[in-house]
Amino acid sequence: MRALRSSAAAAVAVIAAFTAVSGCAKKSDAKDSEAVKVTATDDACEVSKTSFPAGHVTLAIENKGSKVTEVYVYAPDDRIVTERENIGPGTKADITATIKAGSYEIACKPGMKGDGIRQKITVTGGGAQKKSDPELDKAVAEYRRYVQEQADESVAAAQKFADAVTSGDLDAAKKAYASSRTGWERTEPVAESFGDIDPKVDVREDGLEKDQKWTGWHRLEKSLWQDQKITDEDKALAGQLMKDLEDWRKRVGTAELTPTGMANGAKELLDEVYRNKITGEEERYSHTDLDDFAANVEGAEKAYGLLKPVAARHDAALVQELDKQFDAVKKALDGYREGDGFKAYDTVGQDDRKKLSDVVNALSEPLSKLAAAVAK
Amino acid sequence: MNETTTASPSRRTLLGWGGAGLALGAAAAGGTAAALRLGDGSQPAASAGDAVPFHGAHQAGIATPVQDRLHFAAFDVTTTDRAALVALLKEWTAAAAAMTAGREVGDGESSDYADNAELPPDDTGEALGLKPSRLTLTFGVGPGLFEKDGKDRFGLKSRRPQALIDLPAFPGDNLDPARSGGDLCVQACADDPQVAVHAIRNLARIGMGRVAIRWSQLGFGKTSSTTPDAQTPRNMMGFKDGTRNIAGTETDRLDKHVWVSEKDGPDWLAGGSYLVARRIRMHIETWDRASLKDQEDTFGRTKAEGAPQGKQREHDEPNLKAMKDNAHVRLAHPDSNNGVTILRRGYSFTDGTDGLGRLDAGLFFIAYQRDVRDGFVPLQRRLAAKDALNEYIQHVGSAVFAVPPGVRDKDDWWGRALFA
Repeated sequence: MRALRSSAAAAVAVIAAFTAVSGCAKKSDAKDSEAVKVTATDDACEVSKTSFPAGHVTLAIENKGSKVTEVYVYAPDDRIVTERENIGPGTKADITATIKAGSYEIACKPGMKGDGIRQKITVTGGGAQKKSDPELDKAVAEYRRYVQEQADESVAAAQKFADAVTSGDLDAAKKAYASSRTGWERTEPVAESFGDIDPKVDVREDGLEKDQKWTGWHRLEKSLWQDQKITDEDKALAGQLMKDLEDWRKRVGTAELTPTGMANGAKELLDEVYRNKITGEEERYSHTDLDDFAANVEGAEKAYGLLKPVAARHDAALVQELDKQFDAVKKALDGYREGDGFKAYDTVGQDDRKKLSDVVNALSEPLSKLAAAVAK
Repeated sequence: MNETTTASPSRRTLLGWGGAGLALGAAAAGGTAAALRLGDGSQPAASAGDAVPFHGAHQAGIATPVQDRLHFAAFDVTTTDRAALVALLKEWTAAAAAMTAGREVGDGESSDYADNAELPPDDTGEALGLKPSRLTLTFGVGPGLFEKDGKDRFGLKSRRPQALIDLPAFPGDNLDPARSGGDLCVQACADDPQVAVHAIRNLARIGMGRVAIRWSQLGFGKTSSTTPDAQTPRNMMGFKDGTRNIAGTETDRLDKHVWVSEKDGPDWLAGGSYLVARRIRMHIETWDRASLKDQEDTFGRTKAEGAPQGKQREHDEPNLKAMKDNAHVRLAHPDSNNGVTILRRGYSFTDGTDGLGRLDAGLFFIAYQRDVRDGFVPLQRRLAAKDALNEYIQHVGSAVFAVPPGVRDKDDWWGRALFA
């Protein structure tokens, strides 16, 4: 959690360039001649035109298959430009979106699963995006998969935590708390790019704005460790947490990710460690700061690993240094492992905290140069 | 030896936004009032905004006329790789040469992507548009660089100077390990506090991954002068101290008491010195309640003029016998110590309050000497045992460093002879 909104929102902005206007039109306003017809069957995804001008685009979808389907428009890095779910067999649906010039893929997903059956399309016209690097597109697409995977796993882990709270089982809730946060902490800059979710699920008491109701993980953390009891309100809060996390899971695919955004996101994860974990502020009741710390580092290393081949071509020395410093941080963390998790942070003395701070600095300083090495 | 006059500092010219008039005026001043370094190591005062030459036989910041502000930092070496440490010292030297001349760190020259807006700037920027402010950066190496926990860390154990001792414990010491020791140190002195802080901040940043700051200390006001005609500054107790300090122009006394000579050894330290730093907390609240007579008896000086007791003027030769046995001046005077003389370069500090409503204030004592064993150690033994001041002070931090000779030219670097 961060007290102030920072560059995270800019680096990994929620879709803004591509405004999905609809997905809810019941009847088609578009003339057949203008709309792009998408005919979905159980094993095909036919598109009436594979090239059309930029601007307002209407996709007139007809599901001629036997399974419920969904249709997505993907940018080259697999970002969801727009999508429509739950199109039943024999029914029609329209999607309207403003799409900029560039290359895209339309995917039909019979049975609403998997990567779908894909068709390449070209959107023509002025304001074309700058040419993308396929290697970086691949890195971003892979990172997007990781982010989605983390969200999926997190929701499952959080469900265990929420269930324990709901059933009033204090010990089980405490046990499930740290791991319910792992996926979130690994991908926090992306999660935070949805400005409305973070304040609901990961805010600390001191981060509350005027009249803001305190909800989310840290509110429950306080109940479990400080108050040592679970109230009816806490049970309701657990349900709310799941609703908000589900919202995150569903929206995470629309986050606009860029290679420099990934690199800056990695740096920001270490900034998180430096500001909130080293100090013990993040988990002030449960003292599970080192679990968050490790998740932040893992998430940063994932993004770095995907960008590494490109960064290595531009700045081999930087990559060598980053490899070394990631290892040093992980080694330092390993010293605190206990069972499935980590030692409680309130048992870590000032001298040891300083050592952790030093290795984090040693990693963060070169990591702040990764975005430039990727963008070069 | 490359004795350069002050280069026109480009830090000013880089100020593109705002303050253009100021930058022009400053540049003109820099051109006419260039500081000159003399070959014998003595230095005339440069005017307040100027640059002090970085290169020379001795490091600047010792005999240099004392600047107004201090930021002193002690570092732990965190890398175990000798090559990485050497690389750092070269980078530090280049950055120090740039900053003391009033230039930015990095200058974009070493960066492959100077125009890349994704990259954090090399220089942190808070000194842009400020004058060089007589910034000096003085580098030292502590005992821990040579040997730590019984380990010869960088193959330097055999090169440790015999005079670089671990300071003995003195009566009354209450040393905080977190404010003591250090493998390396940098003393940043400048007339502008922001210039001094900028220097330490940027060196610390460059060092991340190889060194980490162990402790650092800000000093807001000089308490010593190495220019005898200047007014002797007062310490936080309101007294002038160090009236008979070694002056930057007293070449003979510098050679006798401050610079390590070739015959002293080791070779790599010839032309260098030894630095002792002590964080001395003053109980200023109780001091302020002491009567004027008690205060003057404690120091052995008058408060207003700073004259030795029984004399009229500050620089009158003291009659030690006119002072109390335990008066500070009497105990510290060279005549009471077989001629032991050190060059004092301390600063007053106030680090806010201590949580009990008392100012956390005192003297950050810095002394340079040719041999710690003939300098600070016997002097402090004597003072710790008898000094009347002890009722009002406590030593809470301590460190000792060997200070290598000056960086000769742009190919030389801090500690080169040590690592040769």
